[in-house]
Amino acid sequence: MFDALTERLTGVFDRLTGRGALSEKDVEAGLREIRVALLEADVALPVVKTFIARVKDEAVGEAVIRSVKPGQQLIKIVHDALVDMLGGEGPPEGLRIAGEPPNIIMMAGLQGSGKTTTTAKIALRLTKLDRKKVMVASLDVRRPAAMEQLATLARAIHVDCLGIVAGQSPEDIARRAIQTARLGGHDVLILDTAGRTTLDDDMMREAASIAGLARPSEILLVADSLTGQDAVETARRFHERLPLTGLVLTRADGDGRGGAALSMRAVTGLPIKFLGVSERPDGLEAFDARRVAGRILGQGDIVSLVEKAAQQVDRDEAEKLAKKIQKGVFDLDDMEKQLTQVLSIGGLKGIMGMLPGVQKLKNQVSEASLDDKQIRRQIGIIRSMTKQERAKPDLIDGKRRRRIAKGAGVDVAEVNRLLKMHRSMADMAKAMGKGQLPGALGQALGMGKGGMRAPSPEQIKAMAAKAPSQGLPGLPGLPGAKPLGLPGLPPLGGSGLPGLPGLPGSDKKST
Amino acid sequence: MIWGLFKPKSEKGVTTNAEGARPSAQEARLESAPPASAPEPMATAPANADQGLFGRLFDGLKKSSGRLAEGITGVLLKKKLDQETLDELEELLIRADIGASAAERITKSIAKDRFDKEVSETEIKEALAAEVAALLRPRESTLDLSRGPRPRVVLMVGVNGSGKTTTIGKLCALLSAYGAKVVVGAGDTFRAAAIEQLKAWADRTGAAFVSREQGSDAAGVAFDAVRLGKSTDADVVLIDTAGRLQNRSELMAELAKIIRAIRKADESAPHETLLVLDATVGQNALSQVEAFRTTADISGLVMTKLDGTAKGGVLAAIGERHALPIHFIGVGEKAEDLQPFAAERFARALVGLGPKPG
Repeated sequence: MFDALTERLTGVFDRLTGRGALSEKDVEAGLREIRVALLEADVALPVVKTFIARVKDEAVGEAVIRSVKPGQQLIKIVHDALVDMLGGEGPPEGLRIAGEPPNIIMMAGLQGSGKTTTTAKIALRLTKLDRKKVMVASLDVRRPAAMEQLATLARAIHVDCLGIVAGQSPEDIARRAIQTARLGGHDVLILDTAGRTTLDDDMMREAASIAGLARPSEILLVADSLTGQDAVETARRFHERLPLTGLVLTRADGDGRGGAALSMRAVTGLPIKFLGVSERPDGLEAFDARRVAGRILGQGDIVSLVEKAAQQVDRDEAEKLAKKIQKGVFDLDDMEKQLTQVLSIGGLKGIMGMLPGVQKLKNQVSEASLDDKQIRRQIGIIRSMTKQERAKPDLIDGKRRRRIAKGAGVDVAEVNRLLKMHRSMADMAKAMGKGQLPGALGQALGMGKGGMRAPSPEQIKAMAAKAPSQGLPGLPGLPGAKPLGLPGLPPLGGSGLPGLPGLPGSDKKST
Repeated sequence: MIWGLFKPKSEKGVTTNAEGARPSAQEARLESAPPASAPEPMATAPANADQGLFGRLFDGLKKSSGRLAEGITGVLLKKKLDQETLDELEELLIRADIGASAAERITKSIAKDRFDKEVSETEIKEALAAEVAALLRPRESTLDLSRGPRPRVVLMVGVNGSGKTTTIGKLCALLSAYGAKVVVGAGDTFRAAAIEQLKAWADRTGAAFVSREQGSDAAGVAFDAVRLGKSTDADVVLIDTAGRLQNRSELMAELAKIIRAIRKADESAPHETLLVLDATVGQNALSQVEAFRTTADISGLVMTKLDGTAKGGVLAAIGERHALPIHFIGVGEKAEDLQPFAAERFARALVGLGPKPG
């Protein structure tokens, strides 16, 4: 969601790092651009002002101008300020679920901010990840069918939902919900409330009264990532009337510029607990300030990538593949699995968004309309091959190529391209089999010559710790550095993705 | 035809602010300032609704512009228009979501003849309002559903949570109240209970309702709705769609498919494709307009949730770049809270001025 901001900032930084020395004037000009970039990203004005003042304070000192790489120094200052603004260096905060059950979580927000969907997402997360028994209840007696909406969602994710009794007041429903949850032995009760504008006094009073009687351990303000300058006003007004404990930003998968995230956190001082990232019930991500700051500055988010890979990848499969690659073998079946995995981790764009220094590349990818469709097509081509062909690509002669192309409904050229791509991947696998894992990432992942396994949670943590604010060491294409072509995708933990050289279709000439 | 929703502007249809919003002391002072030329012709809803309707519009906007107004008042305690004042003025516009570049342009334009001159608070507010109104006046346009081949097919599109279903519900209620025969197509087959939500509106107003199960093909619903509208000789067919973020290409492709399906049932349809924008959305609204214009060839805009603290200033930035009519604004949850968009009034309320006297 921070793409546009990232792009703007990268531009500013490019200009600043492109030169050896920075005068005070250069810094001033850079800061002005950063100001506009933040404003265009919908960061609230008061927040922008504070931010710029702080960066200026630190940047105009001798330290920056006299330092060897003043541009880099400035980026670091901006980065640190961003991290601070987003919530500091600490680990992401989870939900406070402690004490006598049922623990109550109350959701509040404007109309259409995504409260009900988020309620379901949190319920699913607590059920699946934390093994809690959860009940949800809708207190929205205003919008037609709001209660049915939550009931339907709850059914879909197999979470209990308070029965609907027509004509009850929100307060009464809350009492009934608490009673029912207590009797039902639920660990957590999530109260979804009606959307309200902060100017509606009656509605704000109602929210406060619900909070008063339910005494929730968490009151989450749900806000749309696409919110503009109003983010501060809304956050402040809700915070005045309700003892909020955290923020959830929805629609973080939109192309909004994420200004709201920066503003709301800065104004309320509340932690951003989650980001809503899709329409699916599992589309909820824990929020980590440091990683998001990295993403904004185009430094990527390798930790998220590895985590995601570890979540999605079948461990046994991965080990099997790792063993195969150790022997230097990588056939078309393996390639199909790899491609499928790329899709399951979030597609090309998703992955690239998390890689450092590939912001510009990402745009080129979009322009070349090199998208997941092409990956699907390539999977289609592989599936049009016989088992034998997949195991022994050398078998595939001209005639077979024509047949495969026909079967997959593509040109022969496309089959050729795929085979060529496989060839280079297989070569890399061979190299890796000999223990020459390319790139420093191998070391960063703590998998030198030995086996490649899915990193354990501890390893991921260790990696996160290793990653200083400036990004992972030795990664190609740090901000400012011009990315030299597509850095081969690093071997993802466990999945053993042996760098996809020449991504599908990146060969423009033949497209 | 009475239900020609918010009929084309009538020359005499001037609505004053009646009892809806009694001018405060400050506004009274402002109103005693030199009155401007001719009264702005207002598009009006049916006569009986007049007073409360505009009272409420102004109320909603007044609430939302309160802070901006305070700010400007604060700024203009100084008499001379200097750079500092201009900077603050620009920041105030930015805070109203007008956008950095539009704010700069407007401020510059205001400064042109006035820099270093003594200016009064009223003067600068009027100038600001005039500037914004000038931007938006060409975008002021009523949605006339009384002309052209029937049934008029209206498709509602937008991102999630912008207020499409509620807006369709309100439109349905208003049109039905004017005696139009309406068919509603529950094209949001994705969101849980979106169908029930719209059905509640349709039931209340007696409109014909077309739906399929949740999860079924939205294009099919749209097709059915248009077909039913044709076969029952309806006046208007309103079609809802699921919310979609404009950067999700597969969802945008689905929208294109819905439109193709509608065209299969009626080649000239959809006659109106309205993009629903949430007033709280900031500069992202621009990207929404661009994307939905490309995919759905939108014919007009609706801005919802102007009854909150958000000012919807991004409409000015949109108005600057896109020649798209702005048909309605939403200032509350009731059907009457869907109001025709009036540039002058919107602009004046945005900067904290009451409706033009006269």
